[in-house]
Amino acid sequence: MNDLYIRLLCAAGYLVLAPFIGGLLSGLDRKLTARMQGRQGPPLLQAFYDVAKLFKKQPVVVNSVQNLLIVGFLVFVAFTGCLFFFGGDLLLIFFALSLAVIFIFMSASSANSPYSSMGAQRELVQMLAYEPMILLTAVGFYLFTGSFAVSDIIRSSTPAIAAMPGVFLGFSFILIIKFQKSPFDLSTSHHAHQEMVKGLNTEHAGNILGLIEIAHWYETVFLLCVAGLFFITSDWYSWLIALAVVLLVYVIDVLVDNTFPRVKWQTMVVMSWAVTLVLGVLNLLILSLINH
Amino acid sequence: MAKTELAKSPWLLHYDGSSCNGCDIEVLACLTPVYDVERLGVINTGNPKHADILLITGGVNSQNEPVVRQIYEQMPHPKVVCAVGICACNGGIFKECYNILGGVDKVLPVDVYVPGCAARPEAIIDGVVKALAILREKQQALGKEETAKEAASDATAAV
Repeated sequence: MNDLYIRLLCAAGYLVLAPFIGGLLSGLDRKLTARMQGRQGPPLLQAFYDVAKLFKKQPVVVNSVQNLLIVGFLVFVAFTGCLFFFGGDLLLIFFALSLAVIFIFMSASSANSPYSSMGAQRELVQMLAYEPMILLTAVGFYLFTGSFAVSDIIRSSTPAIAAMPGVFLGFSFILIIKFQKSPFDLSTSHHAHQEMVKGLNTEHAGNILGLIEIAHWYETVFLLCVAGLFFITSDWYSWLIALAVVLLVYVIDVLVDNTFPRVKWQTMVVMSWAVTLVLGVLNLLILSLINH
Repeated sequence: MAKTELAKSPWLLHYDGSSCNGCDIEVLACLTPVYDVERLGVINTGNPKHADILLITGGVNSQNEPVVRQIYEQMPHPKVVCAVGICACNGGIFKECYNILGGVDKVLPVDVYVPGCAARPEAIIDGVVKALAILREKQQALGKEETAKEAASDATAAV
């Protein structure tokens, strides 16, 4: 019973704190980006100012379904994270995340605008690229601990990274796509112009764009926590290691963002599948051989 | 913070009317490490639906007049228009050309005029900062309008 309360508290904590942490990470991203380009950069709280402004703007809505779908996106992203912090089933968690992305895809394609629907199609291609690796991550944790439940995985005596470094590297690679970072920011991008105006988010304005931003904060925190899961054991100090590694992964993603130019979708699919095959599948094959 | 949030995150839309590109280069220079307008929260967006400030360089000609109007209409309230360079202010040396209608104010309500040929980055940043003050005023006016509307609808509901 006591365990249930702790798990509920963790989920509630995520629901309340994740937007603040995600917003700060977003601010940190812009500050780091600016410093890497030799600029001063916006204040650390810039992401919060942006969202506060977006809620003050006149709502411009293309159709009524669009808003509903974006609310669905936000709700399911938050649900995904809550389920993770509740200690739920990894497979269910990743399926909920895919469902959330389908919501934003439907919202963008409902707008009947060429830029928005092109962005939506590219979002699907991105899913095609990262989804196999995400599933392999869940399978890897199962092979390693014998359970899909996050609550069991964090109680293991050795960190998962020891058995599946390949899966960890593959998952970190996929994070570049999920964070919409530069070589793979095909569907939409946080900075500068691109060939499709703003892609996926072209037709989302005002408070709706604000909701999308908040959903991305939730998503960022959740995904980084999955990366941290590779390092967490029953020992308390493993949480500190996980935190350090997660921050390092985020900084490396920002560095990658500033280093590589955007690639074509074909290159993205081939690269991510190659990484999935070489790092993910090979790692899991070895792992299952050892298990036998 | 409630009154200043707009001024802390002005997203900019840059439209090149009939500019000779002199002012356009100066506008882009504002984004470089030397001037770095992003420290004011400015983002150079390509989407009118995300923009707060419409920055126009060059005069308006008969061909791009409907485009300029449409871009302005697509921007959500509150919004300000900033005319950068003498051509955007009143037509400049192109004023007498057969195809030029004149400055941006022939088509749109301009809030800030930044003269110069080409306008210097310092002047453009100054113009944007002035535009922020106007943006804040407009937001407050919009807020008052809304509360007035709500009061009116409450009154009719009461009747």
